[in-house]
Amino acid sequence: MTQSLALDHVTAHYGTTRVLEDLSIRIAAGELVSLLGASGCGKTTTLRLVAGFMTPTEGTIRLGERDLTRLPAHRRDIGLVFQNYALFPHLSVADNVGFGLRQRGVAPDERGRRVAAMLERVGLAALADRYPAALSGGQKQRVALARALVIEPQLLMFDEPLSNLDAKLRVDMRVEIRELQRANGATAVYVTHDQEEAFSISDRVAIMDAGRIVQLDTPETLYQRPNSEFVARFVGFENMIPLAVTRREAGVAIAEGAEGTRLALPEAEFGRVPDRFVLGARPAGLAVTDADAPLGIPATLGLRTYLGRAYQYQCRTPGGALVADGPLDRPLETGQAARLVPLAQQCCILPDAGRR
Amino acid sequence: MAAPRSPLDRTHPGLIAATAVVYLFLLGPLVIVFGAAFSNTTFLAFPPQGLSLRWFENAFANSAFRASFVTSMQVAFGGTGLALLLGVPAAYAMSRYRVQLPKALSVMFVLPILIPEIVAGFSMLRFLQVSLGLPVVAALLLGHALLVLPYTVRVIGASLAAFDFSAEEAAISLGSPPLKTFVTIVLPNIRSGVIAAFVLAFITSLNDVSISVFLTGPGVSTLPIQILSYVEQFFDPTVASVSVLLMVLTVAVMAAVERTLGLTTFTK
Repeated sequence: MTQSLALDHVTAHYGTTRVLEDLSIRIAAGELVSLLGASGCGKTTTLRLVAGFMTPTEGTIRLGERDLTRLPAHRRDIGLVFQNYALFPHLSVADNVGFGLRQRGVAPDERGRRVAAMLERVGLAALADRYPAALSGGQKQRVALARALVIEPQLLMFDEPLSNLDAKLRVDMRVEIRELQRANGATAVYVTHDQEEAFSISDRVAIMDAGRIVQLDTPETLYQRPNSEFVARFVGFENMIPLAVTRREAGVAIAEGAEGTRLALPEAEFGRVPDRFVLGARPAGLAVTDADAPLGIPATLGLRTYLGRAYQYQCRTPGGALVADGPLDRPLETGQAARLVPLAQQCCILPDAGRR
Repeated sequence: MAAPRSPLDRTHPGLIAATAVVYLFLLGPLVIVFGAAFSNTTFLAFPPQGLSLRWFENAFANSAFRASFVTSMQVAFGGTGLALLLGVPAAYAMSRYRVQLPKALSVMFVLPILIPEIVAGFSMLRFLQVSLGLPVVAALLLGHALLVLPYTVRVIGASLAAFDFSAEEAAISLGSPPLKTFVTIVLPNIRSGVIAAFVLAFITSLNDVSISVFLTGPGVSTLPIQILSYVEQFFDPTVASVSVLLMVLTVAVMAAVERTLGLTTFTK
């Protein structure tokens, strides 16, 4: 039976250092939510609190109707998948997978059936008698996955499960994890520092920083409408351009910034533009146009790099360095003057968080 | 012209000579003891003159040797067992909670090695027998447990350093209570370390003189101490026979432990 997970006002400390601050999150039954952030942001701490390897200093953790906050880890009924697999080196693949069933007192013949079925599902039926030392990284992670799934836990948790695998295998495995989680119907928490991984398999993603959740949304919303500069940078809005609206006419906001910067932003495309704001722009969101264009950000082109889909330019502007993509058919020279014009699809409007 | 040979070359004459000298000094004394044990003369002589088992008979007939052998066994098994009971949890705690625990703790467990054994023996005599008034066998047991504790902590600690504690957490998350997890998951993976610690501690205890010489008392002696006092009075090859028996026994214990517990059925 799958359950929803709720953390309410959870605060946690390592010694005297506060690592989580008043964190609240609700994860619906059957939902997969990723905790995404750089190391030290509190994502692994959150997972360890839910698993029961740490106790919060304040707040409650509930799984369905059960209060987990002070429940010993071995009674929480959670399937865990670790970054370094954490297989039992002295047990065969089948015994590794059967370990949880054994703890639950499942009879040997039923245990054998369920282990065999699970190994079949992760494609390891032929390796049941091997020991972990004789497996590849991908196979080990499949064993770990089978071991966590076979107990049909109320909650599945993944702690950077793919970071020890190579790039190709990572992509295959994350699809496999998502399919297994869907089929199982388990509520899942997925901890990672890899944005693409988190976005590709999650129903929702919580972006974390300094022990707090900065934004919790669907991948689509996060990617297109981040709510802060921190999240915007995280999802690839490399350029932050502070602006102020000087005039509005016929649904177009005229905004000015650093010396000579003057932009026309149609509100039909950019959405509602506040009086003071920061324009976040991906490199592909700044079009490189002729220097004599009437509007745009005056820029001097610097180093040009070839990305396959475009040429990318390091630009010097009165407001600081910006990165912009230029067209492939017309490579431009270093030192050339140009104007940068924002494209709505690759830009976002961010609140001016009191900079300057 | 041949290139000059590297000193690391396996057939370098210097290397061969050094190896030969090491073997000579390691095995030479053993050859002499073995020879003397089987000799027919009434004094320690080498090369042996005549072959006989009379000094073995003499050793077995000597009740003091028999009694001290029993004491030695009790003390070696008991002391080592005690040291393991203390050392395994201590080593576990120190590698599991390395970050949280003060560094000084691990130094404390090596102290018995750093103190000269004579001094340690004397202070144990003062503390265990004079101050606490413990009986001789109990004092011997505690003394030997302390003597071998550093070895058990160190060897098991080294073995735990290679253990991935997330496997322990995985087992707990799968429903195994912590203590049971230690027995079913942690212990099997540090088994070779525990066996090595046992063998090392057992042999150290069995051969110890400097601690035992203080802690043995009237009527109670360990085998090495008994050999020592025998040599003070007699000069016949009985001690050589006893030494041979002690060596054979040590090898037998090691082999038995390795056979019963040490056979690895898995590759790691």
